[in-house]
Amino acid sequence: MALLTVQNITKYFGEYKALDNVSLDVPEKSIFGLLGPNGAGKTTLIRIVNQIYFADQGEVLFKGEKINTGHIANVGYLPEERGLYKKMKVGEQLLYLAQLKSIPKDKALEQIKDWMIRFEMKGWWNKKVEDLSKGMQQKVQFIATVLHQPSLIILDEPFSGFDPVNADHIKNEILKLREAGTTVIFSTHRMESVEELCDDIALIHKSKLVLEGQKKVIKEKFRDHTFELFHRSPFEISDNGGLKLLSQDKTKELNYQSIIHLPDDDINAALRQIADKTEIISFRERIPTIHDIFIKEVTQNDHE
Amino acid sequence: MSKINLIAAREYTTRVRKKSFIIMSILGPILFSLIMVVPIWLATQEGDVKVVEVVDESGMFEGKFNETESLKFRYIDSALDMAKEDLKTGDFYGLLYIPAIALEQPEGIKFYVEKNPSLEVISSIEANVNKEIERIRLLEKGIDPQALEAAKSRVNIESINLAQGEEKSVSTWAPTAVGYISAFLIYFFIFYYGIMTMRGVIEEKANRIVEVVISSVRPMQLMMGKIVGIGGVGLTQFLIWVVLSFGLYVVIVSVFGLGGDPSMANNVATTEAMQSASDNGLSSEITKALDSVNFLQIGLLFLFYFLGAYLLYGSLFAAIGSAVDSDQEAQQFQFPVTLPLLVAIVMITAVIKEPHGPVAFWLSVIPFTSPVIMMMRLPFDPSLWELVLSMLALVGGFVFTTWLAARIYRVGILMHGSKVNYKTLARWFTIKY
Repeated sequence: MALLTVQNITKYFGEYKALDNVSLDVPEKSIFGLLGPNGAGKTTLIRIVNQIYFADQGEVLFKGEKINTGHIANVGYLPEERGLYKKMKVGEQLLYLAQLKSIPKDKALEQIKDWMIRFEMKGWWNKKVEDLSKGMQQKVQFIATVLHQPSLIILDEPFSGFDPVNADHIKNEILKLREAGTTVIFSTHRMESVEELCDDIALIHKSKLVLEGQKKVIKEKFRDHTFELFHRSPFEISDNGGLKLLSQDKTKELNYQSIIHLPDDDINAALRQIADKTEIISFRERIPTIHDIFIKEVTQNDHE
Repeated sequence: MSKINLIAAREYTTRVRKKSFIIMSILGPILFSLIMVVPIWLATQEGDVKVVEVVDESGMFEGKFNETESLKFRYIDSALDMAKEDLKTGDFYGLLYIPAIALEQPEGIKFYVEKNPSLEVISSIEANVNKEIERIRLLEKGIDPQALEAAKSRVNIESINLAQGEEKSVSTWAPTAVGYISAFLIYFFIFYYGIMTMRGVIEEKANRIVEVVISSVRPMQLMMGKIVGIGGVGLTQFLIWVVLSFGLYVVIVSVFGLGGDPSMANNVATTEAMQSASDNGLSSEITKALDSVNFLQIGLLFLFYFLGAYLLYGSLFAAIGSAVDSDQEAQQFQFPVTLPLLVAIVMITAVIKEPHGPVAFWLSVIPFTSPVIMMMRLPFDPSLWELVLSMLALVGGFVFTTWLAARIYRVGILMHGSKVNYKTLARWFTIKY
């Protein structure tokens, strides 16, 4: 079931169409990647979901209901342009932000303590934010986002500003949150984190949705039936029944690497044919990465 | 509503705990009470005794000058040149030289000094000389100067206001002083706390926390919470000032034994007051004059106009803050917003001259100038309908500016790094969000 449904959203800023009839479903308890180049409209869409902007057309449904201010406590939002009150103490700040989400004070205090232990932040309560390192500030910021136990968390470029260790830490927390039943939307340029974390993805380009669905389905769709083959000696092959040699190069290890196109239904037959001609070292399908798909879709759209 | 409270509470507590607030709260009253006390203290202090040597070649003035505690005359017989020499070494203040003069044309009188004399000394000497010449002239015309003196009349008119159905004694200097001070306080507070609001918005924008917050509350709530919270800081500061100033004044007065009626303490004793009441019954006249000012009414209306003016200007300052990225950038927009306030301050003199004239009326109704001007007019008892009209206009005014500011604010706070001009603001104002 979809936790969040975006239906035919169109948004203008003056003459400029920031979003053009965008629809997508974010399934419950999944990690949803919102991808797209700079200026595609990702942040605008996220702001509409957060009710910071209002759409000109279309609507956003949260658990089947039209989204309204009552849902704010159910959403945690980490904007790309993020920050904290520098002069405020960590504890007070987290308490304040939680109370803004309508969390009662005592419950908020309890939650903050839990999270501080989890993030190894004991003794930070009375530290001013300006005295913390950037990575530490990001941790506080992350806690502020998830503190009120929202069922939907929206993270805009969550890993910017983190060193690899802390980024890993956050990554694990995101996975834990999903385990606990939270739905996560995150927008990013970093395709390797999408590859690693996302269950579903959507690609927005030039204000339009160009791709949406389960990551594995999309990958399947973008399979081009090419395979990578390492072998001892060069060989030649004549086109028959779809089997095609696309390239063949000598590698540094004095072996050969060939890219071949194979008919989907009979890989074994093709392999047998090749095995007669050379010794096969390794063989695997070239599955497109999200990165490849992203580049392909974006450049293809640019040429249109 | 509770979220506005929450935001206002944060704005309030973080600012009230700041060192600058505490310092301002303590320094303000010290300055105020010094302003109140120092003139009185100076007035009661005796200056150095100034001795003036007189070389009188006319022989008309010896022993005729009135001496005061600070100004003494010594009549000498030496020649002018010698007396001049003496001035360089002597311990006297100056040398008055009166040549042999004709009564019809008394000319050539000179005052030699080592340091430039004060206006007070010169006019005192001139008065003495004039008085003696006049006396001699009168005698020559056969008029007894004492008879003339006895015939002089000194009338003191007491103004009585009948408007309230009862007779009420009215003073002019007391309302002027009270009006002046409250008008300036309003001006100062709007300026100070308006700019504080603007800085607060710029800070939130620069910190990039604003988007985090407005995902929880509406931009309008954030803006109003900030304005209300900082307004509360202003009010607190004002109350601290009133209480501390009063306390300090009482302490200083009793410690230094400056005397006077203690009821004077909560009012303002200006030098003007000292002068107008210098002749008879100083303290009773001051008390009477201040009685003609309704302090409770003025106090309550001060709070109303302070809050109204602050809301009106505060929201405009918030809008400016939202549109820019730094204080420097804010300056270009600050001037047009503060212009009406400056106009109000400049027009105060005109209002004092004609507290019920058309200029005073219109400026006290237009919400941008009314807080300052109405505070000035208030002690002169403007009619009730004028006051009601002015108050309603102010309420309408801040509803209008808040609405206007909110439309700019909601767009501005999410805009970073863009150069903003009035055209951009107009576009933000009309854009659908």
